[in-house]
Amino acid sequence: MTGSDVAVLDVRDVHRTHGTGPAAVHALRGVSLTVGPGELVAVMGPSGSGKSTLLALAGGLDSPTAGEVRVEGQPLAALDRRGLAQLRRRRVGYIFQNLNLLGSLTAVENVALPLELDGTGVRRARAMARAALAEVGLPDLGDRFPDQLSGGQQQRVAIARALVGERRLVLADEPTGALDSQTGEAVLHLLRRRVDAGAAGLLVTHEARHAGWADRVVFLRDGVLVDSTAPLGSVEQLLSGSGR
Amino acid sequence: MSIRHGLLALLERGQMYGYQLRAAFEESTGSTWPLNIGQVYTTLSRLERDGLVRSLPESEAGQRPYEITDAGRADLALWFATPVSRTDRPRDELSIKLALALTTPGVDVRSVVQTQRAATMRALQELTRLKYASDRPEDLPWRLVLDAMVFQAEAEVRWLDHCETSLVRYRPPAPGPQSPDASRGAEAVLPADEEARR
Repeated sequence: MTGSDVAVLDVRDVHRTHGTGPAAVHALRGVSLTVGPGELVAVMGPSGSGKSTLLALAGGLDSPTAGEVRVEGQPLAALDRRGLAQLRRRRVGYIFQNLNLLGSLTAVENVALPLELDGTGVRRARAMARAALAEVGLPDLGDRFPDQLSGGQQQRVAIARALVGERRLVLADEPTGALDSQTGEAVLHLLRRRVDAGAAGLLVTHEARHAGWADRVVFLRDGVLVDSTAPLGSVEQLLSGSGR
Repeated sequence: MSIRHGLLALLERGQMYGYQLRAAFEESTGSTWPLNIGQVYTTLSRLERDGLVRSLPESEAGQRPYEITDAGRADLALWFATPVSRTDRPRDELSIKLALALTTPGVDVRSVVQTQRAATMRALQELTRLKYASDRPEDLPWRLVLDAMVFQAEAEVRWLDHCETSLVRYRPPAPGPQSPDASRGAEAVLPADEEARR
């Protein structure tokens, strides 16, 4: 990041404890992390290491016990419930492992929903939704219901919903779920493309192959960041070397 | 894998001279395996000695093309039909290094694991970036070579994760006169101990 860039996501010395006393579980213990525009950061770690907690805090779905989370410079703790809901509709996109598509709405309606909830006119919201569906390779399936789509197509709809409009921060939790490796790769390709176009991305995964799509990979163990990879050099630098 | 069979496979496409073979070899392995021209000519002369290729008259430009023989084709077909044996692959320096780190006094094994994992992860990121940059249909052979390296790197990261988890539970046997059975017994109670401390 250059000096003029504000980190899209800024997590500062965040702790998250569930419960109190001897039964307390320390999900995160002093985690700091920034993600800039055009940067995709992967968080790797085993189950229970705090990955999903970190993602929930980044998107304002949960609040830290201590420490601070900022999205585009805005401290989330300063937002009331309404402000947080607005942030989630406008600036943050989520891609979950379970897709959370509404079965009674078509693909276009699912994708347009956050925009409509946010006050965008129906016609305009649906036009934006169709554009987002085209971006994920589903230009002709917008009028189908989720159960008329394959697993991979449903996941693409969920991604379109996460990317529709001007989302500056995209949060993905094991976004390839149970998809086969080709379809999973296509999902990451879409995420990567959106980040290359200027969004900031945080990808939680336990698969190294998926984390390989990130610019930087951080490793979480028992709620603590244990190490991370430095940002990458250029493709040209790599080609001049010999593999590893 | 031998350069031998690589060159035979290339000659099966048609006759070529040394520099063409080197370029085609590097192209089909996506430059992950650079060859020097000396290796190409040494291999060609051995292949010719064994009757698997034959050299043709020099061109006016002084280039001598080679072509594959029937014996060469049979050898190539056998190579494609035979699975690669794991024992033919080079010894895995990393696993040996970790095994030694564990038994060498004063080595911070966790740090060895973490340093390696960050490096392997970085290689994986680089490979993925190369893949992302080569999405034309004609890039498929190169992408598959990259995929092979991606899956190997992924396996290594998983193994390193496994090592790290195992290290959490590991306590080296205490020095001193202890029977092997006693030291095993002491280790067995440690995981629970570790859990209790968390």
